[in-house]
Amino acid sequence: MRPEIAPTLRAEGLAVSYGDRSIITDLDLVVPPGKISVIVGANASGKSTLLRSLARLLSPAAGQVCLDGESIHAMPTRELARMVGLLPQSPVAPEGMTVIDLVGRGRAPHQSWWRQWSHSDEETVRHALELTSMLDLAERPVDELSGGQRQRAWIAMALAQDTDILLLDEPTTFLDMAHQIEVLDLVMDLNRTRGRTVMMVLHDLNQACRYADHIVAMKSGRIVAQGPPADLLTAELVDEVFDVRCCVVTDPVSGTPLVIPIGRHHEPRNVARHPFPIH
Amino acid sequence: MALLELTRQPGRIAVRLGPTSAVIRPRMLAVCLGLAVASALAFAVELSFGDYPIPLLDVVRALFGVGDRATLFVIEELRLPRALVGLLVGCAFGVSGALFQTLTRNPLASPDMIGLSSGSATAVVAAMVLGFGAGLGTQALGLFGGIATAVLIYGLAWKGGTTGYRIVLVGIGISWMCTSLTSYLLVKADMWEAQQVLRWIIGSLNGADWVHVTPLAWAVLVLGIAVLLLSRWLRLLQLGTDVATALGVPVRFAQPALIVTAAALVSFATAATGPIVFVALTAPQIAQRLTGCAWPPLVASGLTGSFLVLGSDLIAQRVIPGTLLPIGVVTGAFGGLFLLWLLTRANRVGSGG
Repeated sequence: MRPEIAPTLRAEGLAVSYGDRSIITDLDLVVPPGKISVIVGANASGKSTLLRSLARLLSPAAGQVCLDGESIHAMPTRELARMVGLLPQSPVAPEGMTVIDLVGRGRAPHQSWWRQWSHSDEETVRHALELTSMLDLAERPVDELSGGQRQRAWIAMALAQDTDILLLDEPTTFLDMAHQIEVLDLVMDLNRTRGRTVMMVLHDLNQACRYADHIVAMKSGRIVAQGPPADLLTAELVDEVFDVRCCVVTDPVSGTPLVIPIGRHHEPRNVARHPFPIH
Repeated sequence: MALLELTRQPGRIAVRLGPTSAVIRPRMLAVCLGLAVASALAFAVELSFGDYPIPLLDVVRALFGVGDRATLFVIEELRLPRALVGLLVGCAFGVSGALFQTLTRNPLASPDMIGLSSGSATAVVAAMVLGFGAGLGTQALGLFGGIATAVLIYGLAWKGGTTGYRIVLVGIGISWMCTSLTSYLLVKADMWEAQQVLRWIIGSLNGADWVHVTPLAWAVLVLGIAVLLLSRWLRLLQLGTDVATALGVPVRFAQPALIVTAAALVSFATAATGPIVFVALTAPQIAQRLTGCAWPPLVASGLTGSFLVLGSDLIAQRVIPGTLLPIGVVTGAFGGLFLLWLLTRANRVGSGG
């Protein structure tokens, strides 16, 4: 069903500012197609701004964002909406709107005046509800759901949009641990079984390491380093990006790097066993 | 082979014919039909009431041009303009309120709360009292005042994008400034002018004439079509501007276009009758609860607005015998009560109604 070669989203010399304040300066980035990429960085490092720029929610002050070589700012926004989906940070549905109404709106870029609810709309929405385990809750108002269910409903909406590229801005914020894992597992399913390109912003470095194929570390509006988590994550990098002293060990479950902050009151003991370099 | 295909789902029916498809919500359809019948009835009763009562059957016949000359004269020249203005103005207020409440995602953000009616009123009152722009006529002045206020509010609320909350706050500020300006003009005016102005400010169908009907009818028709064309974007703007953009809505064009359309609707209506308070606020909320939607439904809001204005006018005409009470007094009193009742009832049930 999907094209063999996944479309590629790319930022070229991107600069974004709010008023006089420059947030991102001269940034180049290729979103690796068919992979899960995670942007990490401290607060105000510009990671959310970058994601929003990739989704044309912010217009660049300089440079551009291209999809397969074509500037997204010159593209009809509806056409782009069929290829790139975005879930903003903590979106709010109108009070009383049901899950199916919300998810159905994800089909908008594929609909028109004379095609308001085609068979493919119905199948795609049903499939999105199935993937997110929301079928049984389809007729429930979104505001009456738990945090995890609500986030799944929004993800279902983004899935119903049926785009090759999915951008997620902190999809785990405000969720408890079980729901965070649930959402991230779902993202991984989408990537592994459906071949979606995913780029998301995550706060938790360890979750980023576990779920990402590619990590983009940002500081002060610039990309400090990027690459696969196992090659990238060192105590030095964490110190540089987050200004936190830490040990990096191997996650006993996933085998990915696990970052353990040190803080002022503790000192690492028995550090020799760990395979990753220590600050 | 079945050409027409119906698929039933809870609360809606998908209709498909070849490559075309549509969604019908049976409850929405039923409520709209009910409201249309109720408005038509109120319209007919409005035509039959008065110093010279005309039986409903004769009213209907007169509408088709059948009847004696006296009846035809009373209906066509005296009562029809008033009823038509009521119908159109109510529809305009209702739809405009629904647009603003959806765009700002705030039920309080009706045009009369955020200063559009007051802006429109200030322009008309200024012209009445200061005597400028008399050649323009109230319609044009009201339109100018309303649109100018809308642009001012949008401009002041804009800060690299805007939120419903900021529009409401700026709007309330502008509303009070316009109200003070109108009060100042009233103080400046002489007694006779002041009385005219005051009557207009409260909102009244008493002066309604064919002069008002024609421009209003065109405005409602043209703007109504614009609203329908923009409504697919409105549906997505319910989810906020970020999600709407992600779903392919050109927000930077759609949002101002919707605001200008809504402002134009309310301005034309205000210019014809004065600001009839509370209709734009309550009609969409009533329609939303009747249809069980999570958002103010456009068509149902317009029909509810028409019914509210015509019904209130009937009450206004009857409550003190021999006096033509301005309709705004009734909508102000009953609209507020009705909204309070709806809200307390909704709280008790624990849902939107």
